[in-house]
Amino acid sequence: MAKLTNAYITFQELDEIILLLNNISDYDLSGYSKSSLKRRVQRIMALEKMDIVDLKNAITNIEGFQTFLMNEITVNVTEMFRDPDYYTALRTEVFPYLETFPRIKLWSAGCSTGEEVYSLAILLSEANLYDRSFIYGTDINGQVIETAKKAIYPLKNIKLYTENYIATTGANSLSTYYTAMYDAAIFNQQIRKNILFSQHNLATDSIFNEFQFISCRNVLIYFDPELQKKVLNLLYNSLSEFGFLCLGSKEKLLYSDLRAKFKLVNRDFNIYQKIK
Amino acid sequence: MTAVAKNIILIGGSAGSYPIIIQIIEALPVYFRAAIIVLIHRNARYETHMEETLTKKSGRVISQANDKEPILQNSIYFATPGYHLLVEPGYTFALDSSEPVAFSRPSIDVLFESAADVYQKDCTAFLLSGANKDGANGISHIDQMGGQTFIQSPDEALITTMPLSAIEQSETSTIYSNQEIISYFRNLT
Ligand SMILES: C[S@@+](CC[C@H](N)C(=O)[O-])C[C@H]1O[C@@H](n2cnc3c(N)ncnc32)[C@H](O)[C@@H]1O
Repeated sequence: MAKLTNAYITFQELDEIILLLNNISDYDLSGYSKSSLKRRVQRIMALEKMDIVDLKNAITNIEGFQTFLMNEITVNVTEMFRDPDYYTALRTEVFPYLETFPRIKLWSAGCSTGEEVYSLAILLSEANLYDRSFIYGTDINGQVIETAKKAIYPLKNIKLYTENYIATTGANSLSTYYTAMYDAAIFNQQIRKNILFSQHNLATDSIFNEFQFISCRNVLIYFDPELQKKVLNLLYNSLSEFGFLCLGSKEKLLYSDLRAKFKLVNRDFNIYQKIK
Repeated sequence: MTAVAKNIILIGGSAGSYPIIIQIIEALPVYFRAAIIVLIHRNARYETHMEETLTKKSGRVISQANDKEPILQNSIYFATPGYHLLVEPGYTFALDSSEPVAFSRPSIDVLFESAADVYQKDCTAFLLSGANKDGANGISHIDQMGGQTFIQSPDEALITTMPLSAIEQSETSTIYSNQEIISYFRNLT
């Protein structure tokens, strides 16, 4: 029988780590889903060949380890035009409304390495809306933000992104928007121009602007109901009147007090519009 | 309101497991105390109508597990394609879109390990036919945490890779024939 490895921790030990980070750093993991957090922490311990004592030591004593830990804990899996039908829904159900705003500010909260932001930029540009749009991409993880700023993606990922793009019934070919260099694709200035990436922590930071469109996809599943509610309130308060809130395909707006302030625009992709 | 399930029965399957999963669901009594979670590998890019089909066949509601939904007695949940399914300490589900494990998302290992951490000895799992090694680590983790595990007999599994790799890793798992698996579920209370 396989023995539990040194990288195995109990939920109680996980709580000790969360408490330690709360006491000595700015990172607050107390509102994260415990099951998924536990897996991520165990994964890092296995990779670094640490047991719980080593881990606590490193958090306390090794310069830069806290940031490394946070960057490794966050799940950054993403793709361009993830859920292609969601993007089709934006084009047909949301853009006709966005068109009526003179200036369109968009926020991709938890944007990871930026693929979602560039997908939005392409979609807006094809709808002739990009010139009056500005997209803010934010994430807690400073490392993915640096990658996002570069707009360079491995060519081996572009194959999937191209398939996704085609499935959104895009007007062009995805290759119109990037230049291929060696084994990478770099997105053109025309797509990159109206974008700003920065670090922002949804759990602890406050509102920084007012938006007509917010997408916060595949982020809330990593939070417990209490933190989900807190973040949803932050997003609500960051939306202008009749602004849109787009959540991930498996992230429904459940909390009744908040739900009452939105109109459901698309049930399959959890697209909502602020009505009060 | 139905109460939160204090014990859980997991079913993990891949290629070749669908036929016996249908039989299992048809054999279930009207009432049982556990929650049953079914994870079957399928491609997230194509719609299957497994839940609808089985709901019709069995006359009971079979739905996909939602994020942060409470795990209730006398209920059957299917894992959502494209996401890992985990169990939270407060007996709710959590979804996670991190990297595939054993080329699979949802992964049987991830579900089994996480359910065992929460339910410990009250976690029971069945591993069925399949063409990869997902589930083997999960089975041995459940053994380790004091739960009970059953593996579909390689003599009857349509594809044996998955049962065989789990049998190789686990010493305490019980090998069950299809008949034994089905009567286990028929006799649930
Ligand atoms: C799975 S990615 C989602 C990327 C993209 N939105 C998509 O749907 O493909 C989740 C992102 O949320 C970020 N995240 C986690 N906790 C956060 C927090 N407290 N504040 C801001 N971003 C956070 C992670 O760093 C990660 O990049």
